[in-house]
Amino acid sequence: MIDDRTVEHVARLARLALSDEERARMREQLGRILTYIDALRALPVDDVEPTTHVVPLVNVMREDVVEPSLPREAMMANAPDPRGEFFRVPRILED
Amino acid sequence: MADDLTRLTAHELVAAYARGEVTPSEVTRAYLERIDRLDGRLGAYLTVSREAALAEARAADARYRAGAPRGPLDGVPVALKDNLCTRGVRTTCASRILEGFVPPYDATVVERLRAAGAVLLGKTNLDEFAMGSSTEHSAFQPTRNPWDLARVPGGSSGGSAAAVAGGLAAAALGSDTGGSVRQPAAFCGVVGLKPTYGRVSRYGLVAFASSLDQIGPLTRDVRDCALVLGVIAGPDRRDATAVDAPVPDYLAELEAGVEGLRLGVPREYFAAGIDPEVERAVRAAVDVLAKLGAAVEEVSLPTTAYGIAVYYILAPAEASSNLARYDGVKYGLRVAGADVVEMASRTRAAGFGAEVKRRIMLGTYALSAGYYEAYYGRAQKVRTLVRRDFERAFAAVDLLVAPTTPNVAFRLGEKEDPLAMYLNDVFTVPTSLAGLPAISVPCGVSAAGLPIGLQLIGRPFDEARLLRAAWAYEQATPWRARRPELA
Repeated sequence: MIDDRTVEHVARLARLALSDEERARMREQLGRILTYIDALRALPVDDVEPTTHVVPLVNVMREDVVEPSLPREAMMANAPDPRGEFFRVPRILED
Repeated sequence: MADDLTRLTAHELVAAYARGEVTPSEVTRAYLERIDRLDGRLGAYLTVSREAALAEARAADARYRAGAPRGPLDGVPVALKDNLCTRGVRTTCASRILEGFVPPYDATVVERLRAAGAVLLGKTNLDEFAMGSSTEHSAFQPTRNPWDLARVPGGSSGGSAAAVAGGLAAAALGSDTGGSVRQPAAFCGVVGLKPTYGRVSRYGLVAFASSLDQIGPLTRDVRDCALVLGVIAGPDRRDATAVDAPVPDYLAELEAGVEGLRLGVPREYFAAGIDPEVERAVRAAVDVLAKLGAAVEEVSLPTTAYGIAVYYILAPAEASSNLARYDGVKYGLRVAGADVVEMASRTRAAGFGAEVKRRIMLGTYALSAGYYEAYYGRAQKVRTLVRRDFERAFAAVDLLVAPTTPNVAFRLGEKEDPLAMYLNDVFTVPTSLAGLPAISVPCGVSAAGLPIGLQLIGRPFDEARLLRAAWAYEQATPWRARRPELA
C-alpha cells in the first residue's frame, strides 16, 4: 500500500508541490484506485506480448526536405518571461 | 424562424444554401444569437469567435452566390473542443495552466474543416485536459445537460455534445481517449464517433494519452457524422500515426442497409450494474436491427471487466509524460520559484486541477522504478488480451452492438468519488484500448426523459460499415427527431 513517503517521492518525480491536505487525500485515493487495479494480478500474462501500439506501423519515412518552420516570434509569443530570443529561467549554474 | 434554422443538420444546411433558401450568414447569426441567449445556462462554450465566424459566413455567402461552394461543409457553423489548436484563438484545455495560450497554428482537423468551408463558432468546454466523464472537471465552469440542467452532459467532450444537442452548433469535434466522444453523445442524445486509431491526424490535438487519443465528430444525425468524418480523415505527414490508407466515400454506401450483416451482442456488456432502462432500450435496438435483416448472435469478450484497470494505468502513464511539458518555461502559466525545479513544481501545483494531479501522480507511480513491471508492464499485456477478445469476436461477426454507457446522465456532484467516475467508462474503454472504431447513436429515452445511447463497434478502418448500420437503425426509429426544450 502507498504511504506518505511514497506520495512525497512520486510528487517530487512529477514536479508537483502538494499541500499537506492534498498529500493525505492523494494517499487515500491512489490507494483505493491501485487496490482496484490490482485485479489485473488475477490474469495469467507471463506468455503474453505487451501492446505498445495498436496499429502495425514500422518506420514511417519521408524525404528529408528543408521546409520553413513557424517564425520565432510566433513561438515566443506565449512565453511567460521571454528575453529576445530566449526563455528566461532562474539561475541554473553557479558562478 | 431563427430557432428553426438551428434545428437543421449540416447536410440540410448545405442543401438549403445551394438552393438559395437561406444564407450562411443568417444561420451563423441565428447560432450566435442562441449562444448569447442560452449558453449562460448551458456553459457549453469557453470562447465564442463571433467576428471571425461572421466573416467566414460572409465569405461562404459569396461563394454560394457565385455557385461555387468551397467544400462539403461550406457555411456550416461548427464548434471545436478546446483541446484542438486554433491559430489565433485561445486554446485552454479548460486548464488554468493554458488559460492565456494562443496557438500559432491550426490542428490538421481544423485546417481540413476550414478547407471544407466550415464556419468556426468557438471552443467548447471539457474536463481539464480531457480527463473526466462529466465536464465538471473544467477549471472554468461546468457544462450542463440540455435535457436536464441538473445533470451532466458527460465528458470529456461535454461542451461539444451539449452544443450540438442544445442547438448551439450544427456539428462539433471532440476527442475520445476512453469514451470522451461516445459517452457525452449518449448522455446528450446525439451521434458521436470515435474513429479507428490512426484514421484521423492528431496533429494539433493537445496530447493526453498518445496511444489512445483520437478526434471524432459529434453530430445531429448519422449522415452528418459520415460527412464530417470524410472531411477530417486521412493521412498527414505531421502525424506519423495517421495511417496512409485511402479514405472511402462514407456517404456512398450509407444507405446500403444491414441485410446480411452479422452482429454480435457481447454478453459481458449486459452484466450486473447496468441500468435496466438502458438494457431494455439496447435490447430493443438489437431487435430493430434484426428485423432490418441483420443476423444477430451472442458473443463473449471475457476481458471486458479488466478494461478500466488497464486504462487507468496506461492513460495516466502516458499523460504523466505528455504533461511534463507544462513547466512554466515555454508557454502557459508560470509561478516563480528559487530554482527551476521549485518554479516547475509551484507552476504545476497552481495550474493543474485535482483530477489532472491525481492522474499525473498515478501515472508517475506506475512508471517509477520498482513498480514499472507490476503496473505498466502488466497493463500492456492485458491490453493484448483485450485486443484478442475483439479479434476472436470479429472472426465470427461484422459488428458488435452494445450499450454506450451503463446508465443515463447523472446529476452534477453525484460522482465525487474518482473511482465511481472512472467506472462509468466501462463500455467505452475496451474499444479504445483495442484502437477500434465505435459510434454512439440515440436509441431511446429513460422514464425521466434522458437519452440512451447504442454503441456499434467495428473492425479497424471499417467506419463505412459502422456508419451504414447506424444509419439504417436511425432511419427505422424516431429518436433523432427529439430536441430538448431550452426555450
